[in-house]
Amino acid sequence: MSNKTLTRMDLSEAVFREVGLSRNESAQLVESVLAHMSDALVKGQNVKISSFGTFSVRDKAARVGRNPKTGQEVPIHPRRVLTFRPSHLMKDRVAAGNKQ
Amino acid sequence: MIRSELIQRIADDNPHLYQRDVERIVNTIFEEIIEAMSRGDRVELRGFGAFSVKKRDARTGRNPRTGESVEVEEKHVPFFKTGKLLRDRLNGK
Repeated sequence: MSNKTLTRMDLSEAVFREVGLSRNESAQLVESVLAHMSDALVKGQNVKISSFGTFSVRDKAARVGRNPKTGQEVPIHPRRVLTFRPSHLMKDRVAAGNKQ
Repeated sequence: MIRSELIQRIADDNPHLYQRDVERIVNTIFEEIIEAMSRGDRVELRGFGAFSVKKRDARTGRNPRTGESVEVEEKHVPFFKTGKLLRDRLNGK
């Protein structure tokens, strides 16, 4: 395990190497992919990327929470949360790659 | 939205690019994320979210049908945490 953190820059570098575009345009395309995915999710749509995984938006009901430090009750308002379910392919590759 | 719709939207925004290049671009992004996690790396995309790998310890599981115990080996699973900006946008903030 190398335990590095990749960022947008590494993704745009990969796009730059793969397709003959400028670094600048590669970065914009990475941004554009994330923006389109975010916009769809904000509209309440699920984003399903075959052999990668599914991002789905779920509604959470209101509930009474508790501040674990003070024990004080606090209302938690209804909210929308995003969940990601990795594809079998992703799970298998991540499991295989990290096996020692 | 599915992968092909995402590709189509990017293609519509970029009429100067060939469709097959847009496909390669989109596929490269997802492929790079999977490869990073396969090496045990994190991928942090500010405002969107972060992909990381979590370790699951070995445990004694049970076959739910037969009740038989089975040894489950330690394994690593992909994990995604939503970014703050996207979480706020989902809630209309």
